[in-house]
Amino acid sequence: MSWVNAVIQGILLGGLYALFACGLSLMFGVMNVINLAHGDLAVVAAYLALGVITITHVPAQWSFLIVVPVFAALGYAVQRTLIQASLNRGVLTTLLVTFGLCVVIENALLQFLSANTHSIPVSAALVSASFTIGSGITIAYLDLVIFGAAVIVLLGLQYFLSSSKYGRLIRAVADDREAAQITGASHRHVFGIAAAIAFGTVALAGIAFGTYSQFDPTIGTDQLLLFAFEAVVIGGLGSLWGTLIGGVLLGVAQQIGATIGTNDQVLAGQLFFLAVLVLRPQGVMGSRGTA
Amino acid sequence: MSEVGQAPPAHPAGALAGPRVTRSRRSPLWAGTVAAATAAAVVVLAILPYLAYQNVTNLLDEVFYLMVMASMWNLLAGYAGLVSVGQQAFIGLGAYAVIIPALHGANAFAALPLSVVVAAAAGVIAWWLVSRLRTGYFAITTWVIATVCELVISRYQSLGGGTGVLLPLPTSISPTLLGAYIYWIALFVLIAGIATVYLILRSRTGLALTALRDDETAAHSVGARVGRTQRMVFVVAAGGCGAAGAVYMLTQAQFLQPSSAFSVEWSAKIIFITIIGGIGSIEGPILGTIVYVALEQALASYGTWYFIILGLVAMGVALWAPRGLWGLIADRFGIRLFPVGYHVWLPGEDGRARRRR
Repeated sequence: MSWVNAVIQGILLGGLYALFACGLSLMFGVMNVINLAHGDLAVVAAYLALGVITITHVPAQWSFLIVVPVFAALGYAVQRTLIQASLNRGVLTTLLVTFGLCVVIENALLQFLSANTHSIPVSAALVSASFTIGSGITIAYLDLVIFGAAVIVLLGLQYFLSSSKYGRLIRAVADDREAAQITGASHRHVFGIAAAIAFGTVALAGIAFGTYSQFDPTIGTDQLLLFAFEAVVIGGLGSLWGTLIGGVLLGVAQQIGATIGTNDQVLAGQLFFLAVLVLRPQGVMGSRGTA
Repeated sequence: MSEVGQAPPAHPAGALAGPRVTRSRRSPLWAGTVAAATAAAVVVLAILPYLAYQNVTNLLDEVFYLMVMASMWNLLAGYAGLVSVGQQAFIGLGAYAVIIPALHGANAFAALPLSVVVAAAAGVIAWWLVSRLRTGYFAITTWVIATVCELVISRYQSLGGGTGVLLPLPTSISPTLLGAYIYWIALFVLIAGIATVYLILRSRTGLALTALRDDETAAHSVGARVGRTQRMVFVVAAGGCGAAGAVYMLTQAQFLQPSSAFSVEWSAKIIFITIIGGIGSIEGPILGTIVYVALEQALASYGTWYFIILGLVAMGVALWAPRGLWGLIADRFGIRLFPVGYHVWLPGEDGRARRRR
């Protein structure tokens, strides 16, 4: 029964990973940027949510109403300045600059907010509430809410990209920047919007993670960035559903690892990722040629 | 002008001639000066344990292993176009390659060469995993490989699990002598590491690497064996980082913890050092290490501040002065310490041609 439980918990965890991954995937797909500071941004969002909760006394689960718009604006600003400037220099420079950003954010958090762990205080009723199916499989409502939120965000993003004006612009610029420019689309502005969405989703993911588990300044680089990237690669680049599947598979691999040994959760996920990389480099959902 | 090109071969008058390329050479006076200064520096460094207090040589230990790591990363990212964020995998494995045989009774000093062998072998395996990947994919996957190494090593209780392990040393060596031994080992690893990088860049492979640095697709098209060259560089960089990792372990009172051996902080350090010093030149990582250690010493009492400052400076340098401090110095004074460049002579040009990096 513990295996079935591991799979179910893994699926629920996978929703959270997909939420982390979709922003990374979007920025890579649209502007060919792998943002190595992605995980740290999630941690910053979690700290910001803590601050918002402390100052305004809003219920914890509603802090995202403030944090997500702030992060979207931040994303647009960072893209138009720092990331665009490094993009003009080349792909190598974007890697070096985002890696620098990653290290600077982590150490600034350590310097100003200490290495203590925190968690976002959602109401006790939500944390402890759960229901049981069969014998011994307990599902926490909070996990279900997070999974539901991830699916809603991915659905919304899919709808936005396929049907809205800006979504079409983003896809046009991603497919062929020059052609899009000829038709009058400013690719810098479109990049900014894509980054705003990416930062918004990673902020939401950071808050969700902060309610799900404890966090500290180092977890962004130690775990979250790698998990998000692994979900993208496992699922296969270029499809949001692939990202969801990738997150779910990673979550299941980790939870199965956790049933083998408490210290093997992360290792099982990493090994699963490397196995996918070797055996199916285009990802589980990807077709040949998109790898 | 400290460096002049070989005189171009004479053309028959009026013949159609394309641009010609000659290898850069240094004027005999400058070459002699650099060689003499290098030899003098090596001699002084070699006898330093007899001249200076141990805190000086201890500091130089750190300088030496960081120079090796940064030079190896520079070879990868500055020339082969491979931005690795996972060199800590080889740093850690190199250190454990010495500790594990020593725990089983081998002489720790005799086991030191294993650090290079094991790390290079791990490099061959890792290359098989990452060879198809580029840019961000390559960067994060090398990082994942390093975390896998850490998690696997932490599982072994015989290696102290996550808490760490002490290298058993041969019977009582006096602390002073041990410090001197470690210093000489560090110096040897530095000289061997820099010589390796220099010889690679001076060889045919170096020409392919320089082409690769400037444009990977163009390098392909003129027949450079890109894949083979990149694999060779990746394995060499793994071995070099392994040796440097073993030196690091020796300097940390011979104590090693998986979390520090495989920490991504290594990548942060060597990337910042190389960018600030100057990526894509041999001199850059050497200069960058000196700047880094000076900053570290000056700002050590301010906690992580020096790391934040260093990161911000590195980002600024990557954006606005991509050839780093050494690039600024070389452009201003026309200096190069290592003759690894080539000169392009356009038809009709004689005397001093414009130097290509």
